[in-house]
Amino acid sequence: MSASVAHRPRSLHRFANPGRFLRLSGLLLPWLTIGALVLTAIGIVWGLFFSPADWQQGDAVRIMYVHVPAAWLASAGYLILALCSAVALVWRHPLADLAAVEIGPVGAGFAALCLATGSLWGKPMWGAWWVWDARLTSVLVLFFLYLGHVVLVRAFDSPERGYRAGAILALVGVVDLPIIKFSVVWWNTLHQPATITLTGAPTMYIGMLWPLLFTTLGYTLGFAAIITARLRAAVMERRIRALLMARAAEAEAPA
Amino acid sequence: MTHLPYIAGAYALGLLIPGGFAIAAWTRMRAAARRLAAIDPRQRGRR
Repeated sequence: MSASVAHRPRSLHRFANPGRFLRLSGLLLPWLTIGALVLTAIGIVWGLFFSPADWQQGDAVRIMYVHVPAAWLASAGYLILALCSAVALVWRHPLADLAAVEIGPVGAGFAALCLATGSLWGKPMWGAWWVWDARLTSVLVLFFLYLGHVVLVRAFDSPERGYRAGAILALVGVVDLPIIKFSVVWWNTLHQPATITLTGAPTMYIGMLWPLLFTTLGYTLGFAAIITARLRAAVMERRIRALLMARAAEAEAPA
Repeated sequence: MTHLPYIAGAYALGLLIPGGFAIAAWTRMRAAARRLAAIDPRQRGRR
């Protein structure tokens, strides 16, 4: 057993087995999917029809129930992508590489959703689809980081080289996350500051907070379900390739 | 409801983009499971 494998944390090592991952994820996936559908449906119906309109923004504030979960998942997804990249680089965990590859396109989709819904919210409120505001620009950079990762991991003939290049880009790009988070504090921005923080009470009416929590949790479970399904597919596709290559090698071997 | 086109557009995207990823992921997963079961008999019944 090599030194790197010997020092791999036990909890990580347990999930390095693709067969075990397929079994556990097969049990988890239906619950993630059901939770995502139920919570998102409740949050959307509540947000659209039962939460109050904002006294300044009117009904346009209802865009928040889609925009905020997308923004949260764009950032959280990138953090998970970077963590998977670090695990892949340090411990050579066989599923971490695949997870990073599968998170990339989905994270890019949620970053695009965040930017598009932000534009749809900004136009009636600010009078412009886009402004080069620090928050908007840093999220646009995040979107490009995702796209860069998607392209880079597929740009090499050897998948391992692509995974490694993508992992380095993902780790370098983590610097954008605190910039996104604190952009509304560090600079004067059109974008409003955070209304929900870990350290203080939310500065939002409770009738708006609940549907926001429902859609955020529902979207988060949905994101987890999508990544789990993609990762299951990737593990099975890898197994198919290995089996076909083994059969081809057997067929070519002299009798 | 004020600003209805903007709200409708945001919710349409908010359902279409995650929904599209979900359907694509599920289709890909099912296809991979079928293909794996076809070439590796040990996988049958494990889906």
